[in-house]
Amino acid sequence: MQAYLTLARRELGSFFCSWIGYVVIAGAMFLMGLSFVALLEKLQGEPTPMPLTQIFMGGCFWFIVLFSAPVITMRLFAMEKSSGTFETLMTTPVSEWQVVLAKFTAAIVFYMLMWLPLLACVLVLRFFARGSHVLDAGTLGGTYLGIFFTGCLYMAAGCFASALTRSQIVAAMIGFAINLAFFLTGYMAGPMDPQRNWAGQVLSCVSVTGQINDFSRGVVDTRSIVFCLTSSLFFLFLACRIIESRRWR
Amino acid sequence: MMIDVSNLRKSYAGHTAVADISFQVERGEIVGLLGPNGAGKSTTMRILACFIPASSGSAKVAGMDVFTQADEVRRRIGYMPENNPLHPEMRVREYLKFRARLKGLSRGASRERVDAVLTQCSLEDVSKRIIGHLSKGYRQRVGLADALVHEPELIILDEPTIGLDPSQIRSVRQLIKELGRRHTVLVSSHILSEIEMTCNRVVIMREGRILACDTPENLQKRVGKNGHLIVEIAAPLDELKICWEQMPELAHYSISGADGEYHRCNLALSGPHDLGPRIFALVVERGWKLRELSRVRHSLEEVYIRLTRPESEEESR
Repeated sequence: MQAYLTLARRELGSFFCSWIGYVVIAGAMFLMGLSFVALLEKLQGEPTPMPLTQIFMGGCFWFIVLFSAPVITMRLFAMEKSSGTFETLMTTPVSEWQVVLAKFTAAIVFYMLMWLPLLACVLVLRFFARGSHVLDAGTLGGTYLGIFFTGCLYMAAGCFASALTRSQIVAAMIGFAINLAFFLTGYMAGPMDPQRNWAGQVLSCVSVTGQINDFSRGVVDTRSIVFCLTSSLFFLFLACRIIESRRWR
Repeated sequence: MMIDVSNLRKSYAGHTAVADISFQVERGEIVGLLGPNGAGKSTTMRILACFIPASSGSAKVAGMDVFTQADEVRRRIGYMPENNPLHPEMRVREYLKFRARLKGLSRGASRERVDAVLTQCSLEDVSKRIIGHLSKGYRQRVGLADALVHEPELIILDEPTIGLDPSQIRSVRQLIKELGRRHTVLVSSHILSEIEMTCNRVVIMREGRILACDTPENLQKRVGKNGHLIVEIAAPLDELKICWEQMPELAHYSISGADGEYHRCNLALSGPHDLGPRIFALVVERGWKLRELSRVRHSLEEVYIRLTRPESEEESR
């Protein structure tokens, strides 16, 4: 536990010691700002039954996720491998699982910190709308849960991609490809009727876009939570096996 | 017994890095692994540090197997890999503290130990500086401090003086010698003088095999049994040649012109003779001038060159 906490703290700190952390946060804030502007435009037009968060998430959300996730995770293992610190790390008495989990934890914590400005946008709206009915705590909580669970999935996939290679660029590209694949299943699921054929049913279960849509309406569906957590675990397991693989090659 | 390696073998796809080596290191020894690049030194050290497993054979550190009891072994060793990788964005004290905590030291113990190794490696002045901004010599000492921070029984240093300037090499060497008083040290290098000066015992490797394993003195004896003399004499060349040819103790000789009237003679002895006094007497008798008479001690370098010369080169001779 001590090694896990020490490692996680160092990893999280290292995001703020390099320009990458600040660039990612700045980029995400810029896109959130754009979404906020789009939201204000929309609110000035016709009345809508959708909750604020759902409109907001329909904006630049996927842009932010698809581009920030690989950048956040690309350095986790790839940089350690290319600089050689991986060797000093793996010759200390820590297990592969501790290392993988610590890096994953640091990435998800950073990812959630990156989403904090969203809270500010929402609170500003709520203040000027002068009414709590505009935005209730449930939808906001749901939205953040959605961000967290899909974030887990994307960070775990990024960990896996980073463990595969010693080049950060390659790690980012593999991570981006996996993330894009998950994102596109949502689009494929769209036109299919989940009631009628099995492919539609499978796709609707793994469609992260649909899940985020539900979460941002305040609907917390255990199916999506189970899907995100199990696939995160799967990717973390793979990352762990890749790191272990030097011991059986 | 601190290290017990027997029939260790490591092969990667297509080539063998370490082929069937065995050696032992006692507690408190400083042992040097010596060999040209690609001899298998780093692979051997990585196996001992539990970073990669061996293909076959066994390696034990303090009686524990490096593969099955890796965690226990890792607690007992301080390992500094080749090129000394560090986190350049961290500060020296912060980095050492991080490493100490990672190696399982409690908060109080880690503070104490970090202070101790900062003093031991003369890093107090730079403890608050960022590692990436330090000179190579300081960074090397940070690596050494990291290897020492949890007071390991065995310290494994892979090429600790690579890329340092002569005065930095001297200080690192001094540090290694001091470490030998309290720890067992295994150090690798392809630079000979370094090993010669610091180690009690030398293991010479080439192409994954151990060629020799002995004390530096014994290895020297192996090569330079008879010895050489260098003499610089001012004398007529013909007389000098006749003199040397009449000495039965000389195996062969060569004369090259030195400056002025002096001739530089390189004399190879045929046995363990002491020719110095006789040459001196000869010079006095003939009224020649003598300005140098010295015995050439075979350095470890010759042992090393002889043993590590690639086979193809040996055959062509």
